[in-house]
Amino acid sequence: MTDFIVPKLSYVQLSPILIVLGGALIGVLIEAFLSRKVRPIAQLTITLGSLILALIQLWHIRHESALTAAMGSVAIDGATILMQGSILLIAILAVALIADNEHFTVLAAAVPGSPEERDSLQSGEKLTEVFPLTLFAVAGMLLFPASNDLITLFVALEMLSLPLYLMAGLSRRRRLMSQEAALKYFLLGAFSSAFFLFGAAYLYGYSGSVSLAGIRAAVVGGSGNDVFLLMGIAFLSIGLLFKVGAVPFHAWTPDVYQGAPTPITAFMAAATKVAAFGAMLRIFYTSLANANWDWRPMMSIIAIITMLFGSVVAIAQRDVKRMLAYSSIAHAGFLLTGVIALNKSGLDASIFYLFAYGVATVGAFGVVTLVRDSSGEVTDLNKWAGLAKRSPFAATLFAGFLLAFAGIPLTSGFIGKFSIFSAAYESGNKSLVIVGVLSSAIAAYFYIRVIVLMFFKDAADDGTSVIIPSILTRSTLIITSVITILLGVYPAPLLNFINSLASFIR
Amino acid sequence: MNMLTSLMLLPLIGALLISALPTTKSLLAKQMTLGTTLLVAIGVIVMAIRFDTSKTDLQFVETHSWIPTFGINYSVGVDGIALVLIILSALLAPIVVLAGWNESSGGRWSAKTFYILVLVLETMIIGVFSANDLFLFYVFFEAMLIPVYFLIGGYGTGQRNAAAVKFLIYSLLGGLLMLASIIALYVLSGEQGGHTFNINTLSQLQMSSTTQNLLFLGFFIAFAIKAPLWPLHTWLPDAAQSATPGTSVLLLGILDKVGTFGMIRYCLTLFPEASKTFTPLILVLAVISIIYGAFLAIGQKDLKRLIAFTSISHFGFITMGIFAMTSQGHSGATLYMFNHGFSTAALFIVGGWMMSRRGSSKISDFGGLQRVTPVMAWSFFFAGMSSLALPGLSSFVSEFLVLVGTYTRYPVAAIIGTFGIVLAALYILIPVQRALHGPTMPGNEALSDLNLREKIAIAPVIAIIIALGFYPSPLLNIINPASTHTITQAGFKDPLAQIDPKAGK
Repeated sequence: MTDFIVPKLSYVQLSPILIVLGGALIGVLIEAFLSRKVRPIAQLTITLGSLILALIQLWHIRHESALTAAMGSVAIDGATILMQGSILLIAILAVALIADNEHFTVLAAAVPGSPEERDSLQSGEKLTEVFPLTLFAVAGMLLFPASNDLITLFVALEMLSLPLYLMAGLSRRRRLMSQEAALKYFLLGAFSSAFFLFGAAYLYGYSGSVSLAGIRAAVVGGSGNDVFLLMGIAFLSIGLLFKVGAVPFHAWTPDVYQGAPTPITAFMAAATKVAAFGAMLRIFYTSLANANWDWRPMMSIIAIITMLFGSVVAIAQRDVKRMLAYSSIAHAGFLLTGVIALNKSGLDASIFYLFAYGVATVGAFGVVTLVRDSSGEVTDLNKWAGLAKRSPFAATLFAGFLLAFAGIPLTSGFIGKFSIFSAAYESGNKSLVIVGVLSSAIAAYFYIRVIVLMFFKDAADDGTSVIIPSILTRSTLIITSVITILLGVYPAPLLNFINSLASFIR
Repeated sequence: MNMLTSLMLLPLIGALLISALPTTKSLLAKQMTLGTTLLVAIGVIVMAIRFDTSKTDLQFVETHSWIPTFGINYSVGVDGIALVLIILSALLAPIVVLAGWNESSGGRWSAKTFYILVLVLETMIIGVFSANDLFLFYVFFEAMLIPVYFLIGGYGTGQRNAAAVKFLIYSLLGGLLMLASIIALYVLSGEQGGHTFNINTLSQLQMSSTTQNLLFLGFFIAFAIKAPLWPLHTWLPDAAQSATPGTSVLLLGILDKVGTFGMIRYCLTLFPEASKTFTPLILVLAVISIIYGAFLAIGQKDLKRLIAFTSISHFGFITMGIFAMTSQGHSGATLYMFNHGFSTAALFIVGGWMMSRRGSSKISDFGGLQRVTPVMAWSFFFAGMSSLALPGLSSFVSEFLVLVGTYTRYPVAAIIGTFGIVLAALYILIPVQRALHGPTMPGNEALSDLNLREKIAIAPVIAIIIALGFYPSPLLNIINPASTHTITQAGFKDPLAQIDPKAGK
């Protein structure tokens, strides 16, 4: 009988994830034991507290990087630290939006339109389950880009996805649409998880190992069955491309973005993208780097159609959340060029881009939460006409975020675009750069159209108004816009920081 | 601190101060804007005096590391060509503010916002001409679009939304093509000794002729949209028609010069071989612009559109002068940029007064202004004469230099271009005759003549046009060394000897 080997977990490296998980568990206990009255404030404190604590802890361990934890199944290297930092910061900003409980139904289990629902809404109580759910999702997101073997990767994927499916269905208004979005997200997500597992199985069959290092060794050795490798890459990619919302696996994006409560949309649009691209970068930059002849051509085609499709279809959107959804698809395409670049500058650029894009996304959706009429949020773009008259503050901020998405200089988006395209060019993918530049021009059109709508059209008297944001929402908006401008004007410190830290252990 | 940086900071500080004012104090905002732009103008004149005309390299250079990861520096400095354009911008800015004293009141937003946009724009204009780092240039080149976009869309008339969007999309498309070329240069520089955006270093890069041609096109299309050259000009008449006269002066008088300036500074310096390859094509486009712009100007019924088409014709001349690849052509083109700035400003400013008084921009609505408002009519007549390059006025000198410079190498282009001068007489004299002479049209009887403020605003424009017509050498002294330097750097030899600064006197 073999001795039981006590696994060495390296708790210090895992501590940010553990702190967030701990916070989530405390949150569950609060739901069980505290009275409804004190729950909102207690939950908010625990959530923000654990996220900030995790961020501080991450800062402390940043130089203990290039290590693995939990017996090699989690890699805490420079890239992980940067991704986790981005996710935590984005989560903190998004939680400030989530704290505005206006957006959530009170009793998620009540059938839409039923007496229970009406009673629950009239009771004036607040939904607080969303906080521990957020923390669970964050923990999954922290683990996803850090995962160093396929099993952990899958666990993390489910860990981040399951809470998000639930959260997408919590909208207070238009509940049927919200629930439909949640169901759609869940079903398609389940499919993509299946694809992911299928791919993982093939890669295991190819290399005889589930660890990324083992797969890398097999790819470098080139001894295995190539069909298994190709099938593995294909199916694994489908699972990942689904999560990042790349064409043709993007179909869920607009519906879910539109149906989910806006703060949740902000959170998942920004943070999921970081986590999913983080994992994708790790897999393609380490395990599959030497097989790049096999995946690069297909990936390039996907990047090209994703950029073009997202930009072109966004033009036709009449709903601001759907427009931002298609814009996120286009940005997924831009980010894919960073994956395809497969060089150090591509990694640096992708990390910078993810952070800059995530922050601007939270800010943009934050502005969306402010525009209301009697039936709740107004997302119909026609009703956004003349927003600058109603609230110069909101309109100016939103215009700033749109300009950042469009990649206008002096915003973070421009530095991101420049760095990611130059990385792609450096790796010889000139066609990607050309397509990227052209679709940026197309994308600029619909961003500008919204600016025209807000600033140059007269407001109709249709009851649309811009509410005065709560202190938390306001601080999110201000912080996101300051970061967006600052990274455009003086990005050197962050770029240096990323440059010095970003690397994958192999 | 360096002069250029201070000059760029000055309008920004002004804008910040104005943004702190309450919205109701629009008069104070105007006065502060005027004060700031005057200060900048004085600063630029001091700089011009301190400029050493015996040197060919950049002066007032200042370099700081900005984004070291990408080898990007904040690096500014001017040669003669850039200096002349900065002088043009700095002089026109206070004139525009003074001339369009009431322009800001008809917009969607407060006058305060208008002047903040104008001042921010001035900072960016100085920046775009003085940037010595390609990345920095691009940042200004693109960021500049945003204030102009809001100036057109927020304070213009008629189809201002559509015009503003058209302007922005055209410019962004060109800018993004240029970005692709810039990225390519950046990567090439990384392969050949380290990432940099320093223009001197970039001009030494080795690249295949295909690469050079493609990258050249990326830059050239961006500049040709900006300049604008036929067939990429269609945004300009719309923008000029919708913008306020003041904005039009900034747009046609200064901003579009970034296009022709970019051709000299970037296309020729970075891609001399490709410039040679494309010269025939570009000359054809330039000549088409000259003739096409002139013909369309003749046919215009709207005064603002007419001025816009005359500008397309003039930009054809400037482009022709640049790609003639002679130092005479270059000096002429640079001087042309300066003079065109003033003659267009005169046309738009006086035309703007006429239009705001009459409440219409249709030429047929005017008539007999000579009798009702003699000073305004004479000013417009004078502006028109300057635009058709009457000998004795400044634009004659530059047009002559361009044609002579072109003729020595490309006689056919020069000869066809000369027809543009004949057509210019038509497109100026027809509206002058219709608007100023003849019987007084109904509705024009009660128009008031220029007031003191307006006279003060137009007087320096007229003075400069006359002075430079008789004595262009102060400017030519600044321009000539830089022109010769650019030509030799691009590997061309002058077919003629060094130009005499007294030419065209």
